[in-house]
Amino acid sequence: MQYQRGRWSRVIEFLIEWLIRISGISAILFVFGIFFFVFKEGAGFLVTKWKPIEFFTSVEWYPTSLSNKRYGILAIIAGSASVTLLAMMIAIPFSLGAAVFISEFCAPKLKEVLKVLIEFLAAIPSVVWGFIGLMIMNPLIIKIFNAPIGLNVLNGGIILALMSIPIIVSISEDALKAVPDSYREAAIALGVTKWQMIYRVLIPAAKNGLLAGGLLGVGRSIGETMAVLLATGHAVQIPNGPLDSVRTLTATIAAELGETEQGADHWQVLFIIGIFLFSITFVINLIAYLVVKGIRIQAGDS
Amino acid sequence: MFLGNFNNQLIKKMKLKHMKQLARNSSSILLGLALIGCGSNNTSQTANQNSSSSKTMIQNAGSDTMVNLAQAWAENYAKVNSEVSIEVSGGGSGTGIAALINGTTDIANCSRAMKAAEQQKAKDASGKDPKEYIMGYDALAVYVHKDCPLEELSLEQLAEIYGENGTITKWSELGITIPGCTSDEIIRVSRQSSSGTFAYFREAVLGEERDYKLGSRDMHGSKEVVELVQNTPCAIGYSGMGYATPEVKMLKISKTLGAEAYAPNVENTIAKTYPIARPLFVYSLGEPEGALKNYVDWCLGPEGQRIVNDSGYVSLTN
Repeated sequence: MQYQRGRWSRVIEFLIEWLIRISGISAILFVFGIFFFVFKEGAGFLVTKWKPIEFFTSVEWYPTSLSNKRYGILAIIAGSASVTLLAMMIAIPFSLGAAVFISEFCAPKLKEVLKVLIEFLAAIPSVVWGFIGLMIMNPLIIKIFNAPIGLNVLNGGIILALMSIPIIVSISEDALKAVPDSYREAAIALGVTKWQMIYRVLIPAAKNGLLAGGLLGVGRSIGETMAVLLATGHAVQIPNGPLDSVRTLTATIAAELGETEQGADHWQVLFIIGIFLFSITFVINLIAYLVVKGIRIQAGDS
Repeated sequence: MFLGNFNNQLIKKMKLKHMKQLARNSSSILLGLALIGCGSNNTSQTANQNSSSSKTMIQNAGSDTMVNLAQAWAENYAKVNSEVSIEVSGGGSGTGIAALINGTTDIANCSRAMKAAEQQKAKDASGKDPKEYIMGYDALAVYVHKDCPLEELSLEQLAEIYGENGTITKWSELGITIPGCTSDEIIRVSRQSSSGTFAYFREAVLGEERDYKLGSRDMHGSKEVVELVQNTPCAIGYSGMGYATPEVKMLKISKTLGAEAYAPNVENTIAKTYPIARPLFVYSLGEPEGALKNYVDWCLGPEGQRIVNDSGYVSLTN
């Protein structure tokens, strides 16, 4: 009896082990499968008709023109870049400040509350952010900045900043928390003020983690779709300032893919934009990964 | 020593976080694309009869101009015939036609006529010719902010405002100043390219060959256009007459500069004096049968046509 039960549980263990193994492998397979699918859809156009110079340098995006179809995404790249840049200019200082406050100054109780609230910020669906941009920020920006329209780079930038703050804060806070207390004790023993300790000791010690947090925030901003679709005005033009409307790469795909005929040029071009976007986020994530890995090599040396 | 310890700790933490983030960032785009791709690959389903339940489902997708109307039809029809449930979704006329071709909807609402190429594709995919019904008429209204002193525009002026290489970019070029619009720039509000209204406006105002001027704010729905114009003193936009609110002003439109301009209302639509009025269509694949036929007949009947009027459009019986 005893023996049999043992064998039974061994079989179960074996099965569970394989189940977990397959789950692990499937994640990798999905990533490759998705990449393959996206690439396959765009490949036909990429090989035969794609004009990379026109694609990247022309501002004329006329995918549904009846007389002369043109696929130039420069203005759309500029749109994505400007919104992301502004978002990071807002988000990074705020997140860094929040991370320093949470990890160094905050009372334990308040710390828990703040962390939960910041995580909550990440839980708001992006379409809700877009709605806030459309209904609340739009009239506000028109009123405050006397702008002709409130759906613009500024609106999208603020929304994206709010959306990427939770990621940057939580990673930065982890990086600061991981600085050993002996650093803090040594600094205090030298008689420095708290500000000097943070500025001269903690931030340099945690700088790779902070940088990685910032880069992941950039990745989040570039990939965001629904909120920017609603908040940036969806206009194909190179912005002259933060009060101009723009259109982003992601919003272009979201707005146009549903209507295009499968396999048509327009459809394939949208997938090429997808490949391009994937490449950008891949490179950013790779850099972030290498930045984190960079410390390991240093650590190995010392 | 310290450094080594610290770094190991950090790396462990960072790696965990990082992997999650990595997955979230890069796969969200891809996954989105893949899902859309797979979705439209799937050309099955939406049989009218769902045999497992007693209720018959009718899928209805397409024009955003008609989405409120279609919703009102569906709600009222549910009171008449509780055996049938009608699911209405928008997305634009182009989206509705694509869904009809792909077999994911039973009827498509369109604010523009189906092109010959689209009809052919639908026939190739299903073996049936699409059947066209005219359900009512819409005067495509040109909206401005309620403070805008402008009263009328000609089609040429509209084309110069909206068309590629068009010459009118400032309100002062039309001889007006708008209170609250200091920049003087005409903010063009347009629609996304899957919209039937987008296609109809291009055809009727700009001409087949001409494209829109880039830099217009391309909204995703008829209602959004009116909402944006309502909140933006510098704006001009076009949308169905059914979306008018007291907060916006509808311009009178003339065929040529100096000719008599007509307001987008029921009388002018029936008399065909308003230059950018259009029929509102419903398409089905082949002759509709059973529940679908009853529904379309009901929409064309007195009750359905009353709802067309109530939704702000022009019924066939007018």
